[in-house]
Amino acid sequence: MSAPSDAMVEIRSVHKRFGSLEVLRGIDLSVRPGEVTVVIGPSGSGKSTLLRTINHLEKVDRGWISVDGTLVGYRRDGNKLYELREREVLRQRTKIGFVFQNFNLFPHLTVLENIIEAPVSALRRPRKEAVAAAEKLLDRVGLADKAAAYPGQLSGGQQQRVAIARALALEPRLLLFDEPTSALDPELVGEVLDVIKDLAHGGTTMIVVTHEIGFAREVADTVVFMDEGRIVEQGPPADVLDRPTQERTRAFLSKVL
Amino acid sequence: MSLTSDPPIDPPTEPATGPPTGPSTGPSTDPPVDPPAAKAAGPGADHEALTVVPVRHPWRWVAIAATAVLLAQFLNGLITNPGWEWDVFAQFFTAPTILKAVWITLQLTFYGTAIGFALGVVLAFMRLSASAFLRTVAYGYIWAFRSIPLIVQLLFWFNLAYLYKELQFGIPFGPGFFSFDTMNLVGATSAAVLGLALHQAAYAAEIVRGGVLAVDSGQLEAASALGIPRFRQLRRIVLPQAMRSILPNAANEIISLFKGTSIVSVMAIGELFYQVQVVYGRNGRVVPLLMVATVWYILLTTALSVLQHYVERHYAKGAVR
Ligand SMILES: Nc1ncnc2c1ncn2[C@@H]1O[C@H](COP(=O)(O)OP(=O)(O)OP(=O)(O)O)[C@@H](O)[C@H]1O
Ligand SMILES: [Mg+2]
Repeated sequence: MSAPSDAMVEIRSVHKRFGSLEVLRGIDLSVRPGEVTVVIGPSGSGKSTLLRTINHLEKVDRGWISVDGTLVGYRRDGNKLYELREREVLRQRTKIGFVFQNFNLFPHLTVLENIIEAPVSALRRPRKEAVAAAEKLLDRVGLADKAAAYPGQLSGGQQQRVAIARALALEPRLLLFDEPTSALDPELVGEVLDVIKDLAHGGTTMIVVTHEIGFAREVADTVVFMDEGRIVEQGPPADVLDRPTQERTRAFLSKVL
Repeated sequence: MSLTSDPPIDPPTEPATGPPTGPSTGPSTDPPVDPPAAKAAGPGADHEALTVVPVRHPWRWVAIAATAVLLAQFLNGLITNPGWEWDVFAQFFTAPTILKAVWITLQLTFYGTAIGFALGVVLAFMRLSASAFLRTVAYGYIWAFRSIPLIVQLLFWFNLAYLYKELQFGIPFGPGFFSFDTMNLVGATSAAVLGLALHQAAYAAEIVRGGVLAVDSGQLEAASALGIPRFRQLRRIVLPQAMRSILPNAANEIISLFKGTSIVSVMAIGELFYQVQVVYGRNGRVVPLLMVATVWYILLTTALSVLQHYVERHYAKGAVR
């Protein structure tokens, strides 16, 4: 199994079913450190499910996933995989940032409290340190003046930027984005994509599920096209987006472009 | 992709010309009965000069007048009818025996609520747990205690000593370490508190469970994606949000428990209602003494409602609505 590789994320023959519906049918994927992988594909193809298995929000039925050289959700002993306790899974998740389509900010906490919650409670950082770091992050996403606001007082684009800052506060090795701009009004998409591009250029490893083909073309190192629970095609954006070899990829692109 | 889609179309924001002038503003209708008026307010009219005349509600005024007269008569009766015996009321309203009874009523309410809700939270999370066994036990408890009338249950507890002579602490089914005489352990007041709390717990469990279910599942998902410890997720993320829907129902429950303590009078515990009965049994002044109890119940319920307002405001932090 995980022969020491240089990959940040290693996904091997991952299967997942919900009842009788097989949502992931053998996924293999590697992401190198510092790389941006963009996952595209039709609705229901299993993109979100794949992303959620990477930080063990969904358990896989078969196969395994490792992040930064560590198995996610399991401990290997000989030929057996032992499921980890929730506490250990939670600790693993602090190394993996997740940004949701609908932000999922905590509405009863201020922007600052949202950001420092996990560093203080999960990483046991001193509050003062966490606040200082949070202020820097807010500055980085252009919201330095919103620290005391509640999420409900912000626009969708601002909320998503706070959610990104919240994920970054744990200094994760890997960032996962599940359609970060799909819930936004068109004029707010740009400000969020700019923040993500900025992170990409800064060398953060990330996997982004998105329908923004322009973004994929500009930022992705690798584009992955998924359909019906399988990876149909992957490669540099110039290949997958402009010279797809598979008929299904062509059909999908002709619909969204 | 969506960045390069068509620019949003600006809808025409020009307001419609002039206010509607009646049922016949359609373009192709026949000349209305009153053409001059329609024309005056038409496109060319001076919009600044138009004033709004609200609809009049003559019947509303009739209703207000009638209600006011009835209310005045009622208040007049309260003050002038000697049957209310306000002097007796004043004599007993702050009498030491009554104050002591009020205090006992408050204690019953406090312990009934505190223990009831503590147990209720446990039951709620049992009902939400992944274990079918825990879910079933919690459901069985709620089913049982919602099915038994409170007064029946209280009398059961009161007679507990008859069922179990002594209570033993030790290894389950094994040897005991020390034991209590139930007669001493479960005095009348603790039997009452126990009864009220166990009854309350069944209702509290459902209220808490409803509140937890009302919190968007994305909240727990985000919290666990951030690696926030499990207990902290509940205490810091879920419960404060659940409180918003728990509080109005919980306040209802506390207020009805507060008044429900009067049921405990069947156990001869000196709470407010029992004490009032004792006094009017002695002096025969039933109505003024019932008023003593009534006014105390009203005053304290009002205080609870005010408290509810502030607690709700606290938990409304960050809420848009
Ligand atoms: N918890 C679940 N229980 C049952 N079925 C599920 C669950 N989560 C997802 N599914 C199903 O799995 C399939 C894949 O879902 P997934 O959310 O991964 O698709 P997706 O590619 O992200 O689609 P979209 O672009 O619409 O977000 C869908 O058919 C969905 O209905
Ligand atoms: Mg999805």
